[in-house]
Amino acid sequence: MRRQRIVEDVSALPTYAFGTTMTTWWGTLGFCVIEGMGFALAIAAYLYLVHVNPQWPLADAPPNHWPGTAVLVILLASLWPNWKAEHDAKEENLPAVRRWLVIMSAIGFVLIAIRFYEFTQLKVRWDQNAYGSATWFLLALHATHIITDLADTVVLTALMFTRHGRGKRFADVEDNAFYWYFVVGSWVPMYLLIYWVPRW
Amino acid sequence: MTGRPHARAALAVLAFAAILGGCQGWQSALDPQGPQARELAWLFWMFLAVLTAIFVAVMIALALALIPRGPPRDDPLAVDPRSERRKNFVVAGLAVATGVTVLVLTGFSYVSQRNLFRVEEEAVIVRVTGHQWWWEVRYEEPDASRTFTTANEIHVPVGKPVKVKLNSADVIHSFWLPNLMGKMDLIPGQENDIRFVAERPGLYRGQCAEFCGLQHARMGLLVVAEEEGAFNRWRDAQIAPAETPTEPERITGQQAFLSRPCVMCHTVRGTGAGGKVAPDLTHIGSRRHLAASTLPMSRGNLAAWIVDPHGIKPGVNMPTIKLDPDDINAIAAYLEGLK
Amino acid sequence: MSDAAVTSGRDLRDTALPDGELHARLSRTWGTGKGLIARLSTVDHKIIGRRYLITAFVFLLLGGALAAAMRIQLARPGNQVLGPDAYNQLFTMHGTTMMFLFAVPVMEAVGVYLVPLMVGTRNIAFPRLNAFSYWTYLFGGIFIWTAFALKVGPDVGWFAYVPLSGPQYGVGKRPDVWAQMITFTEVSALAVAVEIIVTTFKQRAPGMTLDRIPLFVWAMLVTSFAIVFSMPAIVIASTTLILDRLIGTHFYNAAEGGDSLLYQHLFWFFGHPEVYIIFLPATGMVSMIVATFARRPAFGYIPLVLSLIAIGFLSFGLWVHHMFATGLPQLGMSFFTANSMLIAIPNGVQIFCWIATLWGGRPVFRTPLLFVLGFFFIFVIGGLSGIMLASVPIDLQVHDTYFVVAHFHYVLIGGAVFPLLGAVYYWFPKLTGRMMSEAMGRWNFWLAFVGFNLAFFPMHILGLQGMPRRVYTYGPEMGWANLNLLATVGAVILALSFLLFVWNVFSSVRGGAIAGDNPWDAGTLEWATASPPPPQNFDRIPLVTSREPLWAERGAMPVVGGLTVDDRQVLVTTVTDARAELRESSPEPSIWPFLASVALTVLFVGSIFTPWAVVWGAVPVGVALLGWFWPKGDVEDEG
Ligand code: HEA
Ligand code: HEA
Ligand code: HEC
Ligand code: CUA
Ligand SMILES: [Cu+2]
Repeated sequence: MRRQRIVEDVSALPTYAFGTTMTTWWGTLGFCVIEGMGFALAIAAYLYLVHVNPQWPLADAPPNHWPGTAVLVILLASLWPNWKAEHDAKEENLPAVRRWLVIMSAIGFVLIAIRFYEFTQLKVRWDQNAYGSATWFLLALHATHIITDLADTVVLTALMFTRHGRGKRFADVEDNAFYWYFVVGSWVPMYLLIYWVPRW
Repeated sequence: MTGRPHARAALAVLAFAAILGGCQGWQSALDPQGPQARELAWLFWMFLAVLTAIFVAVMIALALALIPRGPPRDDPLAVDPRSERRKNFVVAGLAVATGVTVLVLTGFSYVSQRNLFRVEEEAVIVRVTGHQWWWEVRYEEPDASRTFTTANEIHVPVGKPVKVKLNSADVIHSFWLPNLMGKMDLIPGQENDIRFVAERPGLYRGQCAEFCGLQHARMGLLVVAEEEGAFNRWRDAQIAPAETPTEPERITGQQAFLSRPCVMCHTVRGTGAGGKVAPDLTHIGSRRHLAASTLPMSRGNLAAWIVDPHGIKPGVNMPTIKLDPDDINAIAAYLEGLK
Repeated sequence: MSDAAVTSGRDLRDTALPDGELHARLSRTWGTGKGLIARLSTVDHKIIGRRYLITAFVFLLLGGALAAAMRIQLARPGNQVLGPDAYNQLFTMHGTTMMFLFAVPVMEAVGVYLVPLMVGTRNIAFPRLNAFSYWTYLFGGIFIWTAFALKVGPDVGWFAYVPLSGPQYGVGKRPDVWAQMITFTEVSALAVAVEIIVTTFKQRAPGMTLDRIPLFVWAMLVTSFAIVFSMPAIVIASTTLILDRLIGTHFYNAAEGGDSLLYQHLFWFFGHPEVYIIFLPATGMVSMIVATFARRPAFGYIPLVLSLIAIGFLSFGLWVHHMFATGLPQLGMSFFTANSMLIAIPNGVQIFCWIATLWGGRPVFRTPLLFVLGFFFIFVIGGLSGIMLASVPIDLQVHDTYFVVAHFHYVLIGGAVFPLLGAVYYWFPKLTGRMMSEAMGRWNFWLAFVGFNLAFFPMHILGLQGMPRRVYTYGPEMGWANLNLLATVGAVILALSFLLFVWNVFSSVRGGAIAGDNPWDAGTLEWATASPPPPQNFDRIPLVTSREPLWAERGAMPVVGGLTVDDRQVLVTTVTDARAELRESSPEPSIWPFLASVALTVLFVGSIFTPWAVVWGAVPVGVALLGWFWPKGDVEDEG
């Protein structure tokens, strides 16, 4: 190994931080981009099928939009507790973080309940025709994202109630909140596509 | 796979070779026989010339670059800014030249694309439906009674524009007649079409170009270009139902054929055989090849095919049907006679 | 930011130690233990990268062996070495193996090994994810090859067009095997892409500003972005395909409102960028090798970087050129002709810059440079034949013929495999501490060069003479016999060159001349450390002052001090100007990524047999991930 001369000392630097300073933030962003791309392509495929079919939907009626609308409303409403969780995590305010995480977990469970209720209510089966397949596919795709983020949130919540609930974990809470914004944002176009495109 | 039928197949193939061996430019894009193919060939040679020139130039530049010049480079970072600036200009210039070249090439490509797909009043409309692994050929006429179906062999009048409507009954195939025109896919649930003109009388071989399963390799196609008169005679003959045999052997052959499962799949117009999932055999005897250009037409090959289609074309959608030798020969005789 | 955990007694810094002891202690901190569990748990990017590399080369040999078999079958007309069923599995497995199990992973392998060294950090970002992606890739490969051995190898071509691969015509489980193998490899490829992006963005040595990033790292960065944006398309395609097959959806069933061309659009939206995902890293290798053996910095750093980015962008607007014969609207298609041709400009700029780098100097003709010169010759031919294919009319003739087969082997082997072999000769000393035999190297090169051109040039002519691809045999009357025989002879010579290569590697690992840190007197950071590098890569993180730090700093290396010695820390820097901003802890080894990968394999393979596998299979995966992320409570986790 070659001779070396120390020209800078980094010992004073912190060992964790928030936002774009952390590698994990970029990792989360990366996976959001990947999944966002997946959503975009699924949506493109849906529109392609709309385009090649003379009439759409290929079912008697478009899906009942109320469950989807409910999901939309709840998701938008969840932005606030989500932001609070992120904010208090930056403050490293443990009690507040715990509170908001519990709330976010609860919201997640409600959303999944609605989604599964919706699956039982859809007027078309996935194996009925391409329209059914595409509709189920989009709904399932988004459902999996709710589920994964919920799982993540629940684990984090549990963590914050253990002795690990400090230091770097706050940065993890921030990342988790960051991902949730993506889940919310991705639902808006899908909502319009699934419930309103078939209506005009 | 057993050896024996293969040996027979191999023999048959050799015979085939003997017949067609001399055939010049057999299925080649470099031997254009119509305006479309010639347009394509011209474009190809033009591109080839330009791009070869570019290749040679790049290689010469590379060779010159490799000639050792200047002092040994002890300090890799010591580069002469003047020569760097010169290089900047050269590279920028070449980049621009590249841009111009490709724009010009794109222009040429676009123009011949236009010529290629120029629509002119067609004299004949043929609907070709792809099957694993044969071609259903249907001549459509305003007068429905003159519409007829055949397989694997398309006759066209010389010098007349032909329009071929393409679709598929199963998977994607691709219709390709290199000597006449580029290829076009046959896609289930979609209709494509392709147009060509054959300028000289002759046989033009084509082949399925899109991988379509086990026997993609043996999904050949034959275009017979003939003078108007000959073409019309052929068409009238094809429109007519199969004439009933008179020779005793062929009569037994017909009876054997009609009493066997053959009829579930094959049609022989004028008889009880009305199957739709396999090539129409009404005038099978008039075709030059068997089983999508797998074998040349002959009584022997007909028999060989009927005895063991899977030995000749493994995986083919025609079952091997148990028949005693006399029946086989009789059926072969019958079919061969269906001119 | 205040920090509770660091008060533990383990806060010993590298500034406090003499070089010798520092080296020893860091090696202990970053080392991988002995024993099976330790091996399965390692998160060292060098060990994982090496495994990636070896696995990928094994798949090259396997895929090549299949190719050899195909060439034997095609050597004579009416040959009966292989029947249609065997042949169709062979070319499908060959293409699939080469593209998904060799070409893409091998480039990632080199990236995983070299990027952290080139940017001067101690481990790749998300090292456990890195371990996970390797295992997933390995299991995916084993899975499809096991299926092949059991005669359920896919037989529908490497792009498995529907309806042939769909529920109606796809035989048994064969297309399912293909589709799931895709899912395996894409998961791992996407993970590696994210690791490399983050490593390049955040873990560059201080002072390595954007315009000092080595060109190979730039290439890997652009490649990773191409992966991130293109691979979701193939995941969607293969998923919808398998849904059609397993639970009766109708995405591709024309009878029920589906459309088979949708599949082709999805596939090629990935498939075209895919070929540049294979090609761009190779251009990065070429840039490094050319610079070293021309003994000067690469000419036109900025244009080279811009070309990489331009190719990355353009590659997303080309996919339709694989579908010119499907009857799409004429005008739309000519747009894709234009795009496909435009990409000649950035590709040309690269070629010109490399030639300009060599120009007027004293090139050192060692084996790595020979392979790069072979690359110039072969790739330019392949690129130019690509320009022909880009023209709609010409493509209508040669599409799906051996002309295309010739094109893509010229660009894949000439454009990617030749630089890769050059790269192996070039970086082998770094990996093993020993040089490869130069004499054998020259033989290797000339055999490969001659064999390759003999094997693949005739295919251009065959294609024009009307020989379609994917045919298991052809009649003697077609007049294709001689050129096919020639191609087969070439393939055999090519195979010999590969065998010689393998032999050279094995003999040099033991017997090769000792290399030392920097045998080629190259300029970039990977050569600043020992060969092979210690577990910690660098005892102290270098401080970068120029594009070729080792050429600029002939004396003592400027480095930064202050990282902890007894637990794993990497230096995190700012994205653009690489100012040190964080001493982030880097994960310890863990068995969980391996277990998670096993669980995922169970889920994927199970899903072929019952959709419910996705449900119950998710449980073990969840457990494994929990074990993976649940903190161990030491400094490393708490930060
Ligand atoms: C490493 C992989 C790689 C690379 C780099 C390329 C590069 C290119 N490819 Fe290729 N291609 C494949 C891999 C690759 N391809 C594969 C695997 C297939 C087949 C898939 C399948 O069907 O199985 C395929 C198929 C394929 C097709 C479809 C053919 C068909 O199926 O009918 C087309 C059509 O446009 C095409 C075009 C191009 C073009 C225009 C380039 C350009 O990027 C080339 C640009 C480079 C140059 C032009 C040379 C250098 C430039 C100069 C020296 C400057 C001067 C040049 C000019 C002025 C022109 N390719
Ligand atoms: C990087 C990718 C890559 C590489 C390196 C290769 C390498 C080779 N390919 Fe490949 N090829 C493809 C990608 C690649 N191919 C793709 C994508 C297709 C399309 C598939 C499809 O249509 O779906 C294809 C299709 C294809 C065909 C067309 C098949 C058809 O359409 O019917 C042919 C035919 O000659 C061929 C030949 C070869 C040959 C001779 C080599 C040679 O370079 C191989 C040389 C190497 C060896 C021969 C290995 C050497 C070692 C040994 C032989 C010893 C064996 C040892 C062990 C097994 C342990 N390839
Ligand atoms: C299950 C359906 C089926 C049955 C039953 C069947 N065939 Fe066929 N036959 C086919 C198919 C499909 C082809 C086209 C094979 C190919 O070329 O790929 C074919 C091709 C042929 C051909 C060649 C046609 C041509 O255009 O080249 C002949 C002749 C023939 N069959 C005769 C017979 C006879 C005689 C029988 C009864 C003994 C018979 N077939 C029974 C399906 C069938
Ligand atoms: Cu039909 Cu290939
Ligand atoms: Cu492409």
